[in-house]
Amino acid sequence: MSYIDVLSILKGAGVTMLFSITGIIIGISLGLALALIRWGKVPILSQLIVCYVSIIRSAPLVTFILFIFYAPALLNIEISPIVASIIALSLNIAAFNSEIWRTALMSTPKSQIESAKAMGMTKRMVFTKIVFPQVWRRSVSNLVNDMTILIKQTPAVAVIGIVEITRSASRVGASTYEPLPPFLVATAIYIAILLVFVRGQRIIERRIASQYGLKA
Amino acid sequence: MNDSLSILWKERELFISGTIDTVLLVIIAGLLSLIGGVLLAITMKSGVKSLQNFTLFIVDIARSIPFLLLAYIFYYGLPQLGLRLPAWWAGLFALTIYNTAYLGEIFRSSWSNLANEQIETGRAFGMTKFTLLKNIIFPQIFLNSAPLIGSQFIVMIKDTAFLTIITVQDITFAANFINTNYFKPFAPFVLALAIYWVLCHIVEIGVNRVTLLADKRRC
Repeated sequence: MSYIDVLSILKGAGVTMLFSITGIIIGISLGLALALIRWGKVPILSQLIVCYVSIIRSAPLVTFILFIFYAPALLNIEISPIVASIIALSLNIAAFNSEIWRTALMSTPKSQIESAKAMGMTKRMVFTKIVFPQVWRRSVSNLVNDMTILIKQTPAVAVIGIVEITRSASRVGASTYEPLPPFLVATAIYIAILLVFVRGQRIIERRIASQYGLKA
Repeated sequence: MNDSLSILWKERELFISGTIDTVLLVIIAGLLSLIGGVLLAITMKSGVKSLQNFTLFIVDIARSIPFLLLAYIFYYGLPQLGLRLPAWWAGLFALTIYNTAYLGEIFRSSWSNLANEQIETGRAFGMTKFTLLKNIIFPQIFLNSAPLIGSQFIVMIKDTAFLTIITVQDITFAANFINTNYFKPFAPFVLALAIYWVLCHIVEIGVNRVTLLADKRRC
């Protein structure tokens, strides 16, 4: 395995990170939106979201990505593997995140919201000043935990031909006839990436605990 | 649409054998990794520091790599060491090793939460280490961590789909096979997702039953 091979696996790491971060950003915001709809008990939409979350939570990412990639052909729409991967990852993470957001939303005491309203706050102010700051602090640790799970699922995008860490490592292995060294490099890269997240989670937890006296 | 349904009916054997393959993999790997997890938890609780640290290190590595990478190591990597496994067996071993690490960690943390008095009392009654494990420690660990074991089994069901990539003929393989051969993507994938949904729900129902049983035993 040469220097160039290691570089190509590192390039795969860039792809993994790019997909993960895009999926996380879209997924977290979409997840919050879904949780708010359920929290607000919006008729019909809430029930639809319950179904959506139930389906996604039991769907293997590989199967789901294949579905998102091929199904639009039914409407004569063709989407690129990159777009399909980002859609599938975002929809997947949104379903899992929405449950985290929802649990945190539900644990906000009703009395706080009522008193805020009694003080004459608008709905928007109640959310941005009272509810969200608490919900965010309560969810962040679980959200980061979900991100590490997502990163370990990203090799699923290889099934529609995207070359991320795992796939680039297996390519290097196929061309050098020595598959174990590139797999070791890939393992090391994953451990490094996940370490950053796990450490970050600890630091955020400690900050929140020391600043707000809250146990996250 | 009718067209798709008749294709699904024509290729039903593929889906049935795919489902059997997925279920078999999950059950066999599940049982093996439950046993492995128990052994791992015992080593991690053995009190021998060097052994504990070593197992913890291995478990942490296994838990920080994606399942597909491990499957690749078994399927493409081991032949370099002279061990060539068929895809199904490589998948089974990867699934077993991967989940042994997770289940071992679940059992270990549940063990740490057990009341120490019980173990001490058991010892005072003259129980051997084995009786203690069999009658006092593990029955409680299994019941207390039933929900976590259940979620791990659901993760396992979903992870089997990765094995399509190393050519195991599971549910996802069946769906993708029909997709590539008949150019009908929608119905086969919906059917595949439906089968996964049912399988995951069966596990969830099982977990709920066990949790009820556990609550009954506690009072």
